[in-house]
Amino acid sequence: MRAVVESQLDVHTVFVPRTANQNCELARRAERLGFPGVTFVSHDAYFLAGCTEEQSRGITSALINEPFVRDGAAVLSPLGRAVRVHVTRRPGVTDRVAHQLRASASAMGIEVSTATGSCFDITATGTMTEPDLCRLVEALLCNLIIETWTTGTPVPGFVGEGTDPVAGVGLVSLCGLDDDGLVSLSKCRGLALDLAEMRTVQEWFGREDREPTDAELETIAQTWSEHCSHKTFKASITTPDGPVEPLMQQLRRATVEIDAPFVVSAFDGNAGIVRFGSMPPLAVKVETHNHPSAVEPFGGANTGVGGVVRDVLAAPARPVALTDILCFGRTDTAPAEIPAGVLHPALIEDGVVAGVADYGNKLGVPTVAGAVLYDNGYLQNPLVFCGCVGEVMEGFPAIGLPRVGDRIVLIGGGTGRDGIKGATFSSMTMDATTGQVAGASVQIGDPIVERLVGEVLAGLLDRPDPLCSALTDCGAGGLSSAVGELADGIGASVQLEKVPLKYAGLQPWEVWLSEAQERMVVAVAPADLADVLAICARHSVDAADIGEFTGGGRLVVCHGPTVVVDLPTDFLHAGRPARRMTARPRRASRSEEFARIVPDHRTTVLGLLAHPTIASKEAVVRRYDHHVLGATVIGPMAGQFQLGPSDGSVIAHPGSSEGFAIGIGVNPQYGIFDPEAMAWAAVDEALRNVVVAGADPAAVALLDNFSWGDPTNESTLGDLVHAVKGCCDAARAFAAPFVSGKDSLNNEYEDAHLGRHSIPPTLVVTALAHVPDADLVPGTALQSPGSIVVLVGRTRAEMRGSHLDLLLGADHGGEVPKPDHSAPRTYRAVHEVIRRGLVLSAHDVSEGGLAVALSEMSFATPGISLDVDLRQVHAEDTVALYSESNGRMLLEVAPGCLEEVLDALAGRATPIGRTTDSDSMVIVLHESTVTVANEELRAAWGGAR
Amino acid sequence: MRPTVAILSAPGTNRHHDLAFACETAGADTVHVNVRELPERAADVAAAQVIAIAGGFSYADALGSARVFAMELERRIGDLIRERVESGTPVLGICNGFQTLVRAGLLPYPGDVTAALAHNTNGRFECRWVTLRTVNTTSIWLRDLPDAVTAPVAHGEGRFTTDGHTLRRIEEEGLVAFRYATPGSGCAGGQYPANPNGSDNDIAGVVDPSGLVLGMMPHPENHVVARQSRGGSPNGTAGLALTLFRNGVNHALAR
Repeated sequence: MRAVVESQLDVHTVFVPRTANQNCELARRAERLGFPGVTFVSHDAYFLAGCTEEQSRGITSALINEPFVRDGAAVLSPLGRAVRVHVTRRPGVTDRVAHQLRASASAMGIEVSTATGSCFDITATGTMTEPDLCRLVEALLCNLIIETWTTGTPVPGFVGEGTDPVAGVGLVSLCGLDDDGLVSLSKCRGLALDLAEMRTVQEWFGREDREPTDAELETIAQTWSEHCSHKTFKASITTPDGPVEPLMQQLRRATVEIDAPFVVSAFDGNAGIVRFGSMPPLAVKVETHNHPSAVEPFGGANTGVGGVVRDVLAAPARPVALTDILCFGRTDTAPAEIPAGVLHPALIEDGVVAGVADYGNKLGVPTVAGAVLYDNGYLQNPLVFCGCVGEVMEGFPAIGLPRVGDRIVLIGGGTGRDGIKGATFSSMTMDATTGQVAGASVQIGDPIVERLVGEVLAGLLDRPDPLCSALTDCGAGGLSSAVGELADGIGASVQLEKVPLKYAGLQPWEVWLSEAQERMVVAVAPADLADVLAICARHSVDAADIGEFTGGGRLVVCHGPTVVVDLPTDFLHAGRPARRMTARPRRASRSEEFARIVPDHRTTVLGLLAHPTIASKEAVVRRYDHHVLGATVIGPMAGQFQLGPSDGSVIAHPGSSEGFAIGIGVNPQYGIFDPEAMAWAAVDEALRNVVVAGADPAAVALLDNFSWGDPTNESTLGDLVHAVKGCCDAARAFAAPFVSGKDSLNNEYEDAHLGRHSIPPTLVVTALAHVPDADLVPGTALQSPGSIVVLVGRTRAEMRGSHLDLLLGADHGGEVPKPDHSAPRTYRAVHEVIRRGLVLSAHDVSEGGLAVALSEMSFATPGISLDVDLRQVHAEDTVALYSESNGRMLLEVAPGCLEEVLDALAGRATPIGRTTDSDSMVIVLHESTVTVANEELRAAWGGAR
Repeated sequence: MRPTVAILSAPGTNRHHDLAFACETAGADTVHVNVRELPERAADVAAAQVIAIAGGFSYADALGSARVFAMELERRIGDLIRERVESGTPVLGICNGFQTLVRAGLLPYPGDVTAALAHNTNGRFECRWVTLRTVNTTSIWLRDLPDAVTAPVAHGEGRFTTDGHTLRRIEEEGLVAFRYATPGSGCAGGQYPANPNGSDNDIAGVVDPSGLVLGMMPHPENHVVARQSRGGSPNGTAGLALTLFRNGVNHALAR
C-alpha cells in the first residue's frame, strides 16, 4: 500500500487507498439506495498542518504507510469523469486517529496539527445531477451531524481547535410570560417541559424575584426530563376503571413481596445488584440509546455501550459481559418508502452493529447475548438496547452518599461541545429536522479511555477501604445530572473553570451540560485526594478537583467569580410537580379468527427460517468478540461447528464451575394485540432461555426495558399500564424479581403531514440467573443419534402475533400466547433433570414455534437430525407446527434416562420422536409428512441476509 | 519452582488477564508490566524467564494495529528485548502481541520489518473458533501439541502477508508455526471461514529462526480448560492449547 502526499499552502494531505472490497461494498450500498451503476475509488485522508513538507513525509512513512500490504497504491489523478468528494469531521467531534497521530508525531519530535477525513472519486454510468450527488453523498458517505463535505478544497477540523470565545452567562426571561409563552419557550429552547412544569419554574423564580440563568433552566430541564426522572413511571395514572398505582411503585412492590434472598440492591443507584451462590455479587443494567442511534447510528450505539458500562462501573463493578438488542426497519425496504430525514435501515444497521462492536471489542468485554428484530414499525425509530453485567468491587459496602467536605473529582476524558442536551432530546418526538437540530446531542465514544477509567476505579474501589465515598457516571445531562444527583440533600459548590476541556471556547452552561463521554464524578475525602490523583496519573487518566460537597443544601456553580447556577437541591429533586396522566387501556381479548391457509408446510418452514427476525444473526455476532476474558461457556452460536443459534449465554470464570446465564425475552408482535400477555411472554421467554442454559429458576433476577410511544396518548399509556401489570404478575409467578429497569418513551416520528408514527410497544426483559454448575449446561445442538426428543409444555391454538402471521402477511386473529401458570413448576423440574446430567441438549420453543425450534436443533449438528411425530401435540397441524405458546422447550434425552426425565416432569413432557443419523429432518403430521434436508434448512436460515 | 512470565501490555490491551490465567494454569507466576511503566520497571522484564505480549487494542490501534505499541516498546526497552531474545528467553506474542512483534522487527526475522498483519480480507472484525495445524514442531513452544489445536480468533487485522521472497524463505526455513485448517484438519486453501482473514499460505502464526519467539493471531490462552469450549468447538477438548504454555514453562525450568 502506498500513500500519496499533496501539499497546498500550509496543509499537507496524505491519501491512503482503501481496499477494492471497501469500494465494492460502497457500490452495493449505493445500489440499495437507488443508485445503480455508481462506482467508487476511496481514500482515507490525513491532514497535517504546521509542519514542513519534509516532516509530513517523515510522519507519513513512520506513522501512516503500511509496507507489505498489497492493497494498491493511492490513485488521485487524473479524475476523468469522476467527481471528487472530500468528507471531513466537524471541529470538536472526537477523532481518535487524529489524536494519536498528533501524539505519536510529537513523540518523534514533530509538533503538528492533525485531522482526518475521507476522499471519494465517484463515477456514474449516466450523468449525475447536482441534487442526485447531494442525496447520494448525504445518504451514504457523509453524516451531516458530525461531518461536512465538499467537491472543492476540504475543510479539516483539526484536533484541539477552539471555536467561539467564552461568552458570559445569559438570563432567560420568564417573568410575565403567559401559558402560550411558557409552552413556546419550552419548545424553542428544546426543554421538553410541559406547561405545569414551566409554571412551577416560573413561580419559583418569581418568589426568588429573579430570572433564571440559561444554565439553571437547562439544569432543571435535564433533571426533570423523562430520561432522568421517569415522570411517566412515577405519575399518578387514572383509568376509566379508577386510579392505578404508579408503575414504578408496582414493579418495586412486586420485588419487595417476592423477597428473594439473592437481591442485594434493586431499583437503587446505577444498577441492580444480586448475589448468587459463592460468587462475588453481580451488578446489572440495561439502557436504551434509541434517539442518538437514529441520527448517528455508529456514535449512538457506540456511546450506548459506553453509557451502560459506566452505570456498571459506578455500581461499582468490573464489567464482564455485554448484551445488545436491536430493532430496525426491514433492510430490504425500497428507498422511496423511506420518510424524509430518516436514514435507510440498512445503513442504520451497519452503523449500529459497527458501533456496538467497536466499543465492546476495544473495551475488552465480551458481547454474548442479544437479539435483532426487523419490522417497519421501527423504520423511523430504531431501538438500541445495551446491557452490561459486572462483578461488584470489594469496596461496594462502604459506598453510599458523599460526606460533607468531600472533594468533587472529575475523572476521565476532556469536556467538549458534544452531546449537549441529550436527556431532553431523547425525551422528544422526532421529525424530519431532528437530525439537524439534534446534531449536538451526538457523541463519539473512546473505549480505550473508558477502559483506563475502569482501571482507575478498580484502584480506588476494589479494596475494603475505598478511596471515595460515592460516585456516579456522567451520562445524560453531564455534570448537571451527575453532580446534581450526588449533591441531593447535601449541596455542592463547583468551579467550572477547573473542568479540563478538549478545546477552548465553551460557554459555562455548555461545560455544565456537556455529555462528553468517559467521565465519572467521585466524592473524595480531602485526605485521600492526593492518592486518588496519583492513581489517575499512573493510568494516564485526567482528573480534576472541581469543587466540594458543602452541606448547605444548595447547588452553586461558578465560572471564576461569575455565578452560573444557584439552586436549592430540594427544588431540583423534589420540586417537579407530580404528573397526572390518563390512560385508556384497550380491551385486549380474543378476536374472530380466520383460518390460516398453509398449503405447503415445507415451504412455510423454510420461509419462517428465512424471516429476518428468525434468520441467522451470524453476520452480526461474528463481529463481536465473545471470547475475551476467557469465561464464555455458551456464546451466541451453538454446536460443534457453531452452526446453530444458542438460547441463553453462560459465563463462568475459567477457574470456577459456578457462573451465570443471561436470557432475553422480547415479543413486540404480541404487544400490538395484548400488551399484558406480551409482558408475561417476554418474562417467560427470558426464563426459558436461562433454564435451558442450565440456570437455576429459583435464582433469576429480571430487568425491564420499555421502549414505547408518546405516553400522553391515552391508549399508548393504557398499553404501558397493561404491560407493567403483566411484568409484575409474571415476576410473582416465577418468584423472579425485577432489580433494575429503564423506560424510553416518545419513540415517535412526526411526518410532513403531521401524522404520527409510533413504534410497536416493545418490552425487553433480561434475565440474569445463577448457573450452579457450568460443566453440566446443555447446548442447543443435538449431541447424538438415537436419543429421545421430549417436548416440555403444552401447545395451544395461540397464533395471534405469530411469525406465521408475519410470513402470511396478515393478522388472522385469535389469541396471542397466554400465561402458562404451570411453567414455574415445569422449569424447576427441567432444572432438576439438567442438574442430574440427564439432558444432552435443550432448546427453547419461541418465534416460529416448534417448526423453527426443531429445525434449529436439526441443522446445528451435521450428521444428526430428527424424526418426530407431532400428531399428539395438537389436533391441528398448523397449530402444532407454528403456535408460539409459552412454557415450552425441547430436550434431547438418552433412551436409558427417559423414564427418569418423564417422572421428574410428571405429565408435563411428551416424547415426540428420536434423533437420527440421517441428514434430513422428518416431521409426521396428521395430514402429511414433512421431510427437509438439514442443508436446505441451514441454507434458508443462513441465506436470508 | 515456578518460573515468572512478564506479561507486557499497553493502554488498550485487554487479554492480559486471560494470558496470565493460561500461564498460571501451566505452572508459572506472572507479573504485569504496562509499557507506560517502562523503562522504570525494566528490571521486572529483565528478571522474567518468559516474556509474553498480550492481545487487545493497544493505543486503540489508531494508526494501524500495534504500530504505537511497537514504537513505544522500541523507544523504551528495545535493546533489552533484543538482548533477552539473543540470550535465549522465550517470547510469545498473541494477536495484538503478534502484531507488535512483527512491527518491532522481531518476527519473522530479527532486524527490519519484513511482514505485516493487514486488514482481514472481508474488511471486518471476526470472532470464531478456528482449527490450527501445527507445522513447526521443533520450536520450544510447539512440541507435543495436539495435531489440531482449536482456539478462537478475534481480530480485524490478522491477514499475515509479506513479499514473495520472504514468504518463500519462511516456508523453506520452516518458520510457519501454525496454519489455519478445516475442522477435519484439512488444508484451508485460503478459503473463508477456515482461513478467517485471508492470510498468505493460511499462516496463523510464525516463529523466528531460533524458535524462541512465537507470534500467532488466534488465542490459545482462551482454550486452556475444557469448560472454555463446552459450548462447542470443532475438536472439543482434543484441541486444548494448554501444552503450548506448558512448553514455555518447561523450557524456562530446564534452563
